[in-house]
Amino acid sequence: MESGAAVRGAARPQRPKSLRTRFGNLLSFRWAAIALILIGWFVYYPIVDNFIVSTTDQDIYTGEVTNVGLANYDRLLHDPVVLLALWNNCLYAIISIVFQVFGAFLLAAIIEDLRSERWRRLWRAIYFVPSAISITVTGLLFYFIYQPQIGLLDAALSRVGLSQLVLPWLGNEHTAIYAIIAMSQWQGFGYSTLLFAIAIQKIPRDLYDAATMDGAGPLRRLWSITFPLTREMTGLMIIVTITGAFQVFNEVMVMTAGGPNNSSQVLGTWLYQKAFIEDNFGYGSAIAAVIFVLTMLTGAAQLWYTKRRRVQL
Amino acid sequence: MSATVAAGRARHVNVWSVIARTFLYSFLVCLGVVVIYPLIWMALSGFKDNAQIFGDPFALPVHWSWNNYVQAWNQGVRGYVTVSVLVTVASAICTVLISAWTAFGLTRTRMPAKPLVIAIVLGGLMLSPTVAIIPLVKMLQALGLYNTYWALIILYTAFRVPFTTFLIRAYMLDLPGDIDEAATMDGASEGQIFWRITLPLCRPIIISCVILHVLFAWNEYLFAMIFTSGSDVQTLPVGLTSIMATHGTNYAVVFAAMTISALPIVIVFFAAQRYFIRGLSEGIGK
Repeated sequence: MESGAAVRGAARPQRPKSLRTRFGNLLSFRWAAIALILIGWFVYYPIVDNFIVSTTDQDIYTGEVTNVGLANYDRLLHDPVVLLALWNNCLYAIISIVFQVFGAFLLAAIIEDLRSERWRRLWRAIYFVPSAISITVTGLLFYFIYQPQIGLLDAALSRVGLSQLVLPWLGNEHTAIYAIIAMSQWQGFGYSTLLFAIAIQKIPRDLYDAATMDGAGPLRRLWSITFPLTREMTGLMIIVTITGAFQVFNEVMVMTAGGPNNSSQVLGTWLYQKAFIEDNFGYGSAIAAVIFVLTMLTGAAQLWYTKRRRVQL
Repeated sequence: MSATVAAGRARHVNVWSVIARTFLYSFLVCLGVVVIYPLIWMALSGFKDNAQIFGDPFALPVHWSWNNYVQAWNQGVRGYVTVSVLVTVASAICTVLISAWTAFGLTRTRMPAKPLVIAIVLGGLMLSPTVAIIPLVKMLQALGLYNTYWALIILYTAFRVPFTTFLIRAYMLDLPGDIDEAATMDGASEGQIFWRITLPLCRPIIISCVILHVLFAWNEYLFAMIFTSGSDVQTLPVGLTSIMATHGTNYAVVFAAMTISALPIVIVFFAAQRYFIRGLSEGIGK
């Protein structure tokens, strides 16, 4: 039955396709069938449906659906928390690019410059550990660390004589979002350091040897060899980081749930607040649509970037 | 003359490079402490009693007792661990099998319209769970899957198949095709080639994919929080927040529960580091 499909193209001379081979070729779809159904049903369809829901106002208790057109989007434009959330997402992106892209790049360069492979492996592994742990755990952990009564941070600050800096970090409108972002850097920098380390390992060693022969110091080698030759990874990491920053949800949810006074809301938590706490699916979907557009833009940038490198996707 | 200048410069450089190296090493150590100390603090706090937790946070536990760990385990963590293991294992098997099938179809058969199939599957990489969450709630409620393991198993599979297919497909493209051509000549069916030849050859990348999936499924929070409400179907990340809510004042038990939920994944990471790093470098470095 399957032999018609299994014969590989190059093995036989071309001849007009018989119905039987065509049927055999179609049968090959069965290999991808489950994936296509699952993805279509649970990944693509919800996105389409989201746009439909966003033009409605739905009461989930009575199930009553009213079509409201673009009213939810209009409301979105006049919602100050949406603007604040968007700004917090941008802060997330900017700070993460500084620490998790450029900081991680420098750290990876320092680690890969060590002579002993055992030490290199150890540092990479140590810095990575927080990335392996669930955001719920690290979020709760930092919730405790930032707490004034039992936390490490304020205790450490007063111990080194900086007690004027002691603060309820997550309870303060001005510091909450920064405290969350700081936790996120702590958790995520090891992951990008590992990726940069992998990229640096792919650079041929003799380039460095030749540069050293020519009298190039470590900084010069970093700037003239390591940086240019990992630029693709840097570009990709910037895009991935921005995408991640617009999808942030877990850490904010666990640590402050957007508070105090909505000061640490991001788009994801505001969506949750509106859709699931206030039961407003229509407005929640409109916020989701904003996240969708933003991530599609960065996704398109990523596609363009990888295509440009002629990488087979 | 020029020789002495060169020697002088070399010594000069050496002094600076020693200072620079010392500085860099101490930087690495400090950063390591910042990364690891909070985790050690978490595990140690699980041994303390509440009075001690409100005392000096840098102090070691006075009485080393497993009480909090035992209490945390018996008051819910055991159930959450069971659910987490179940959901993680089931979704890992589904994801890897479905992805391997798809990758096989895309690289080893004469499936028509391959570029379209590739675009559909890999396009799923760009779509985020957050955007789909509201329609998914309606859908899973309609299907009667709300508040069941199945909701999580299906969603983890559906959302991870694109990435896993991407990894396995890249690996299969690099595999030589002559073995399965020979097998075809001998009359082997596509199914036999997949199970007997291609899948065993893909073992390394399959292991990497399983590990990446375990890491994802064990830690996933958004879906788990939204699609489960009963404590009998909640996974660890959601269970932890429930423990936090119910034991809010007994911090020591919460610390113990956090440590219990972090430990397995740290062990998995250290045990399978090699495969894990391969998966990452295949995934993003390509």
